[in-house]
Amino acid sequence: MAFSDDQLERYSRHIILKEIGVRGQKRIGEGRVLIVGAGGLGAPAALYLAAAGVGVIGVADADAVELSNLQRQIIHSTPDVGKPKVQSAGEKMKAINPDVAVNEHHVFVNAGNVMELISGYDFVIDGTDNFSAKFLITDACVIAGKPFSYAGIIRFQGQLMTYVPGEGPCYRCVFVDPPPPDAVPTCSQAGVIGAMGGVIGSLQAMEAVKFITGAGKLLTGTMLTYDALAMKFQSVPLPKRPDCAVCGPSPSILHPFDYAARVCEGIAL
Amino acid sequence: MNEADRGGVSKEYDDGLTVSELIGIEKVRTPEYVSVSVNDEFVKSEALGGTILRDNDVVEFLYFMGGGE
Repeated sequence: MAFSDDQLERYSRHIILKEIGVRGQKRIGEGRVLIVGAGGLGAPAALYLAAAGVGVIGVADADAVELSNLQRQIIHSTPDVGKPKVQSAGEKMKAINPDVAVNEHHVFVNAGNVMELISGYDFVIDGTDNFSAKFLITDACVIAGKPFSYAGIIRFQGQLMTYVPGEGPCYRCVFVDPPPPDAVPTCSQAGVIGAMGGVIGSLQAMEAVKFITGAGKLLTGTMLTYDALAMKFQSVPLPKRPDCAVCGPSPSILHPFDYAARVCEGIAL
Repeated sequence: MNEADRGGVSKEYDDGLTVSELIGIEKVRTPEYVSVSVNDEFVKSEALGGTILRDNDVVEFLYFMGGGE
């Protein structure tokens, strides 16, 4: 892939970085990243990855834009209310950078489609808003050997970690199983400060670019937590859980499953 | 005397303190769902009451954060 004059100008601030350079920018252009959830986390991640020139960006979300989204989901605008989020996001990403191919997956990600969905990408960003989806993405990515960035936000707090096969613990090592429904408040119940998605979602985009280019050290084996009220970041070392049900040496989870379906089937969580 | 480093803060506690008791003392939110590591090893939830902290132990609490949308 040879860069046009316009592309050299567009990506000049990347190319001048010794950690990126022409080679790194080519890698970014050949990169394929899936963002699950075009919301508070997915919005800034999608914007920055599009601006960076990631070759193929998939956005998966079944929802439409609502007025209450606009306080934090900065990829969507007031005229987009009612529009599918993937369409709204795709329009903004292509407007920022026509080099980028956007795959709009207007689907609810579940056990039936997750493996096929992630198979077309090098790296996955979890921008979902519920524990069932976070565990589903974890299980699918571990089973498929797919690197991904997990993140969660609530109130004035956020956290993220990166999973790379063979290089450290997964999300299930940390939290084992989802909490029962309504045991832990959601953002719609407890609130979330708008810029929190911007901080943490941008860090997820940073991890994706670092993974694609090989620059620096990823958040493998580390949970980075951010407390906006204390204005404090902390890196918490994460051990592997020796008996982890999905990434341990004797996994009991061999296929992705939906927790909601398990509840319906009467299986205790 | 136990000293636990909680998220970068050094604190002193009475001898014989268990992780369960520390969770209570520190008023951990949703204590039944907090993930705890001691010296970079996760403690299983059923072992929290029987895990006694020692001098210079490093304890980390990680909380569920389900938001993203």
